[in-house]
Amino acid sequence: MTTRTRLLGEHPHGVLFAAPYVAFVLLVFAWPILFAIWMSFQDYFFAAPGAVVDRPFVGLDNYATVLSDPDVWESFRNVGVFLVINVPLTVVLSIVLATALDRVVHARTFFRVSYYVPYVTASVAVVAVWLFLFSRGGLVNNVLGPLAPDPSWLVNGALAMPVIALFVTWKGLGFYILLYLAALQNVPKELYESVSVDGGGRMRQFFSVTVPGVRPATLLVVLLATITGANLFTEPYLLTGGGGPNGASTSPVLLIYQRGIEQGNPDVAAAIGVILMALVLIIAAVQRRFVGGEES
Amino acid sequence: MRRALAGKAALYVVLSLGAVAFLFPFWYMVIGSLQTDVDTSIRGAFPEPGNLTLDNYVAIDGRIDLVQGLINSGIFTGGVILGTVVFGVLAGYALAVLRWRGRGAVFALALLVQVIPFQLLMIPLYVMIARDYGLSDSYLGMILPFFINSTAVVIFRQYFLQLPPDLFSAARIDGAGEMRLLWSVALPLVRPALLTAVLLTFIGPWNEFLWPFLITKQASMQPLAVSLANFISNIAASTSNPFGAMMAGAVVLAVPAVTLFVVFQRYFTSNDLGSGVKG
Repeated sequence: MTTRTRLLGEHPHGVLFAAPYVAFVLLVFAWPILFAIWMSFQDYFFAAPGAVVDRPFVGLDNYATVLSDPDVWESFRNVGVFLVINVPLTVVLSIVLATALDRVVHARTFFRVSYYVPYVTASVAVVAVWLFLFSRGGLVNNVLGPLAPDPSWLVNGALAMPVIALFVTWKGLGFYILLYLAALQNVPKELYESVSVDGGGRMRQFFSVTVPGVRPATLLVVLLATITGANLFTEPYLLTGGGGPNGASTSPVLLIYQRGIEQGNPDVAAAIGVILMALVLIIAAVQRRFVGGEES
Repeated sequence: MRRALAGKAALYVVLSLGAVAFLFPFWYMVIGSLQTDVDTSIRGAFPEPGNLTLDNYVAIDGRIDLVQGLINSGIFTGGVILGTVVFGVLAGYALAVLRWRGRGAVFALALLVQVIPFQLLMIPLYVMIARDYGLSDSYLGMILPFFINSTAVVIFRQYFLQLPPDLFSAARIDGAGEMRLLWSVALPLVRPALLTAVLLTFIGPWNEFLWPFLITKQASMQPLAVSLANFISNIAASTSNPFGAMMAGAVVLAVPAVTLFVVFQRYFTSNDLGSGVKG
């Protein structure tokens, strides 16, 4: 078989089969990333297609503009608030519901499907219902009666971002429950038995077997939830009417849209994007250290 | 024994509370879409015989063309599913069954791409696709960034890996070409994976808002998610029952996805997804 070691390997047509996908990734991911980085160092503006215009190199000017913009700092702070609420809530609720779902026999399909229905439904459709529920005279405030917050949820600077975090947790939870259900199948059943032989109850089993047993899944869930947080756009755009009140729920991606497309400064927007991407990578690396430990 | 029974009951209570929390907004969406006058009291969360109407559906259809929106969403989603099934299967097959130089690197790429926030590519993609290629207000421009779903590629690979390698060597000795091998040997054996991947791929474009929102300015080209969002942020206030019309539009947007996932729920389980995301 050694004579078959050709330049492209044993099955050279594999390259051909994968070529469309590779071309797609290069065109839609690799090239745009490089383009964004390049753009963030230029004085870049929109011009008519085909027009030859001068877009000079401006060094770190765009980054200076971004870093001296209080709106940018606020949007990153907002995502911080979002992540502090969303990530722990997502991990705790999905691990608890997945463990409960794993233990029951009846109506499993019903529960599983009802949990992922929000995940498979368009954000725009469910945002509409949340707008309805959390509006000033909406059902939530009517149920709360005198306890209803004033100003109401979505127009309250302190509550707008937490409501968005709650919405995103609710919408995505079904997917994370499925991930945890898959991870639970890999936890050896004998470990549960040895805990109950030692006289440990359900709680001990949960904390000393289940939680450590699904740690690789937890790392994945934390990572995906963080990426979702960095991507936040539809919710502040629609739920709080464009990041209101007074920018209290603006997200970096919303700012990228406003600066880049609405105000026509793609170079500044690209710089925000590069900073956000760098932050996501740093946070992912830190999470890997703390949650993942030595494994995976 | 009694403690075990109480424990079981507690499990069902927790799970049922969860189900109510997840399903109630959908119930409320339907109820709200059928109310003549908005009733946000607790009583209004249940159908009231004197307050039922389909007028909200008529009202929103008068402002945004629901049928055209559904057609646009369908073409956008269909294009992405087609690209994923054709080119994603080819890539997944190459990654699982064939041995060629660069295979490891391409697989790493497929995993890496899944953690890149797509939104960050918004500006460069917008410049390229809308400005340089002039593809705004076209289905091609909408589909292009989503054309091949990387998670689906990883799922296809995972399923092809589970097929016995002897199967392929035997067929090759019989003189089967690689295309025939894929089409008539491998593909029929992974049919469930095909359905899982199609379901997973469906979610993306059907629900996507930001990209089609950027790239479509003409109302006649907008997918339903975009036209409904425009209705919510700009037009709703001018209808007689704004929330009713919003809920009606939300129901029309939600029904296809929810129906699909309820009908095909057994192809969307933890096992199918676990393999896809973990790689």
